[in-house]
Amino acid sequence: MTYKMAIKLLIMAAAATGWLAGVARADTMDDIKKKGTVVIGVKADYPPYGFRDPSGQIVGMEVDLANDVAKRLGVKLQLEPVVASNRMQYVQQGKIDLMIATMNVTEERKKAVGIVEPYYYASGVAILAVKAANIKTGADLKDKPVCAIQGSFYNNDVQKMTGRDLVAFKGVPENEQALLNGQCVGFVYDDTLLIYKKKSDEKWKEYDVVVLDIAPLPWGSAVKPEDKDAAWGKFMSDVVKDWHKQGTLVEAEKKWLGQNTKWLLDQNAAAK
Amino acid sequence: MDWLADWLRSLYTNHDINLVHFYDAFERNRFLWGIWFTIKLSVISVVLSIVIGVVGAWSQAAPSRALRAVTQSYIQLFRNTPPLVQMYFFYFALSPMLPRVATSYGTQEPVFGAFTWAIISLSFFAGAFNVEIFRSGIEAVPRTMTEAATALGYKPAQVYRYVVLPLALRICLPSLTNNIVNLVKTTTLASAIAVPEALFVANQIWSDKENVFEMMITLFVFYIALVGVLVWAMRRWEKAMRIPGYGA
Repeated sequence: MTYKMAIKLLIMAAAATGWLAGVARADTMDDIKKKGTVVIGVKADYPPYGFRDPSGQIVGMEVDLANDVAKRLGVKLQLEPVVASNRMQYVQQGKIDLMIATMNVTEERKKAVGIVEPYYYASGVAILAVKAANIKTGADLKDKPVCAIQGSFYNNDVQKMTGRDLVAFKGVPENEQALLNGQCVGFVYDDTLLIYKKKSDEKWKEYDVVVLDIAPLPWGSAVKPEDKDAAWGKFMSDVVKDWHKQGTLVEAEKKWLGQNTKWLLDQNAAAK
Repeated sequence: MDWLADWLRSLYTNHDINLVHFYDAFERNRFLWGIWFTIKLSVISVVLSIVIGVVGAWSQAAPSRALRAVTQSYIQLFRNTPPLVQMYFFYFALSPMLPRVATSYGTQEPVFGAFTWAIISLSFFAGAFNVEIFRSGIEAVPRTMTEAATALGYKPAQVYRYVVLPLALRICLPSLTNNIVNLVKTTTLASAIAVPEALFVANQIWSDKENVFEMMITLFVFYIALVGVLVWAMRRWEKAMRIPGYGA
């Protein structure tokens, strides 16, 4: 073997290793197509975005979106119910390929997972408060026990309004029960949801929905951090762009919430 | 202290290690309050559970059959149900059935709050075990000992006070320590009914800041320290009370 040949071999070997390394970095997009299934994490306790219908099936606006993703990929959809306190870990650990689970975008979350841009939705923050407590603004919450979901992005802001620890539980039902029991004066949650709740259930007759002065925050779908700029993340980014352009989101919101929010209409108009 | 906060902040920007509960005043405050709540929960329920244990051990052997039956059913009920289920039951199911009291801001709230329910559940849960622990101690005092005391002219109450109890306490101290250590660790369950103790607060912080790893380590170290101090104190007490030549 000549000296030149040895060099050539070395270069080829190096190139091959580089190529192999590239392959070895698992590509989620390929994996999904190979498996023939895409696993999408959605909420199961958050009507009308992701919740269980009377037959136990998970349905909702985000489930419709998940179905659309699977349809565009031409693979089967596997839904995985997640909650606010575990959904980030599910994405990081690869238990789910994609998370569409009512997640507000924050700087901390951008560090932890790959949030797909553009964002697909946005909501404000409100409190469903007992009328007797006479709550008109966030300032009225001072020193009062306020129920909230563990892990919500606005908990810190609300805690600064109350000046005391929140009465926080993992799920919505515990919070509603505590509110009905009088263990807190109100339940802080997304405005869209509380409007939906008050409208659809008689038991909230003696309660008011008060929108709190916390800026509406966009909701983002999320993939693993390393997938964000890979094929899978780019695919999802195009899908969301298309959802805004085609009015898919506006229609889905109308279908599930009964009305459209300003943010979504603005996005739709801008995309057209 | 500013240099420390700055250094911890630089850990976050440079190495992604976010010890926010040490450098951010708001988070630090709420974390310290959480620790304080855990300590309060532990101390109150340890004391109450020991009182329940002593009273229960006495009433278990009381002349009244009704009292014995009540004690026995208490033990069965609290020892045989998980403390988490007890807390959920008390807080969500039992609490709304109790009378409500008016709050200063015009609403009605249940007479007992989450903290009270956590104390009740923890003390009664650990108390049920303590009753049995104390009983085992009392029963382990040799009969010859009480007979000898009686022969020396001690009245039954005096035998109990000066002979049985001091010996029984020494015999059951190791198992009492076990149970108390368990109780302190069980206080974390109170987070399920939103008592802002250390685990609850840590959960709030890691949800906001995405620093699960850092909070887990902090919690781990905190509980090792807390239980370590407890075990050390119990050991010392055990040693101080040792009667040379008696027991193993």
